[in-house]
Amino acid sequence: MSMLEVKDIYKKFGKIEVLKGIDFELQRGEVLSIIGSSGSGKTTLLRCLTYLETAEEGSVFVDGNCVFDAKSEKHVSSSEARIRQLNFGLVFQSFNLFPQYTVFDNVCLAPKLLAKEREDYRANKKAIFEEIEDNARKLIERVGMTSRIDMYPCQLSGGQQQRVAIARALALNPKILCFDEPTSALDPELTGEVLKVIRSLKDGDCTMVIVTHEMNFAREVSDKIIFMDEGVIAEQGSPDILLNPKTDRLKAFLNAFNQ
Amino acid sequence: MFWEVTLNLLKGFGVTCEVFALTLLFALPLGLIISFGSMSKFKPLKLICKVFVWCIRGTPLMLQMIVIYYGPGLVGKWAQGIENPGAIIAWLASWTVFDRFVAVLVAFIINYACYFSEIYRGGIEAIPVGQKEAGQVLGMKKSQLFFKVTLLQVIKRIVPPMSNEIITLVKDTSLARIIAVYEIIYAGERFIKAEGLIWPLFYTGAFYLIFCGVLTLLFGYIEKKLDYFRG
Ligand SMILES: Nc1ncnc2c1ncn2[C@@H]1O[C@H](COP(=O)(O)OP(=O)(O)OP(=O)(O)O)[C@@H](O)[C@H]1O
Ligand SMILES: [Mg+2]
Repeated sequence: MSMLEVKDIYKKFGKIEVLKGIDFELQRGEVLSIIGSSGSGKTTLLRCLTYLETAEEGSVFVDGNCVFDAKSEKHVSSSEARIRQLNFGLVFQSFNLFPQYTVFDNVCLAPKLLAKEREDYRANKKAIFEEIEDNARKLIERVGMTSRIDMYPCQLSGGQQQRVAIARALALNPKILCFDEPTSALDPELTGEVLKVIRSLKDGDCTMVIVTHEMNFAREVSDKIIFMDEGVIAEQGSPDILLNPKTDRLKAFLNAFNQ
Repeated sequence: MFWEVTLNLLKGFGVTCEVFALTLLFALPLGLIISFGSMSKFKPLKLICKVFVWCIRGTPLMLQMIVIYYGPGLVGKWAQGIENPGAIIAWLASWTVFDRFVAVLVAFIINYACYFSEIYRGGIEAIPVGQKEAGQVLGMKKSQLFFKVTLLQVIKRIVPPMSNEIITLVKDTSLARIIAVYEIIYAGERFIKAEGLIWPLFYTGAFYLIFCGVLTLLFGYIEKKLDYFRG
């Protein structure tokens, strides 16, 4: 069974059709890269998956369970919405760390708030928090930020902030982790460190969807590539399509990219 | 003489402080409610709040005070003149003039709540939408988002404009003199009529200066406390 199944997603902003029928599947532990020119709808697709936008049509399945269906969307209660939200993690282009919290607290905040809803919260608060904090320390180590664990976001470089944002997203253990151009806001010297972290996640059998303009990275890390153009998937397949594109549109896109 | 004047002024200053403190106590939360109203997605509520804020900010506080002080009495008089009163008219007829101090408080609270609401609104709307989205993606509830993520960032943003407004409030309390509330200006003025002394009135300035000085230090301290993060 697929880990992620996206069926026929349509999304409009006013009169502009941004997504015109997006279908794809992803197996557990696979990495999908989405490429495409500016305005092709990549961000919108990720935002629809992570419930920041609501698609007008289509459905999404995670692990065989329906987590989004445009038809019944209005009847979803807010608590239900929050539960299914946790299927997805999202790393933003602009990091969006919480500025008033340290690296450590940024990573711990959401899990601690979530723990309050556990039935055994009152009885085991201490143990639960210790577990969350241990996990946070491990994640922070995994993204190489242990030496800056008590610093505030404004004291970190962009690359460091993005690594913390990755740890923060991982702390909720999402089934699918999405990245929206995680390195686009970074200087070239800093992209490497972030890509390295993402690469290392692949070994931890994390299912990931990555929107990126880093073609070499996409080719190396992905199991699957989707090329979007004007709201549709113009070509999809193994990373080899980046070397041997079949459609003219992808050819043109890659040519423009290499110049 | 100097001590006698000082004691008298202190008495007036006590009332000044009361107006100041009670206004803050009620206007700070009321302003937040109005700001939520004027940011509401429910159009009629939003419109009502906006028009209300416009009216209050568009007219002088002095006028508002006078209307609130004399208004209910006038309504009462008018209602008493009506024959065969229904339940509502009978109720209106029971309206009398507010207590002076209460009238001042009501006017100040409404007026400052409106100014505060605009400051809150500016502060809340200036928070990047990415903060809200990040919280939402992390499964936070709306209330958690507000209290754990947005609030402190809003506070940091609004401390400078709030300190301005609050220092203005200190001086605005002198308007209460208009409807003869015994605050410090009134206390100082009395010496002109009673003893032919003008300096007690000038002397009141020292009280304001000290009060505002303390507030300035306090807000400076708060600003510094919030300096550890940016954004
Ligand atoms: N909130 C919105 N309201 C109106 N139009 C929008 C909105 N968000 C996106 N769009 C439009 O949708 C289209 C696709 O935008 P999207 O951000 O998904 O593109 P993208 O593929 O992520 O581009 P880029 O590579 O530049 O990030 C654009 O034409 C954009 O103008
Ligand atoms: Mg984008």
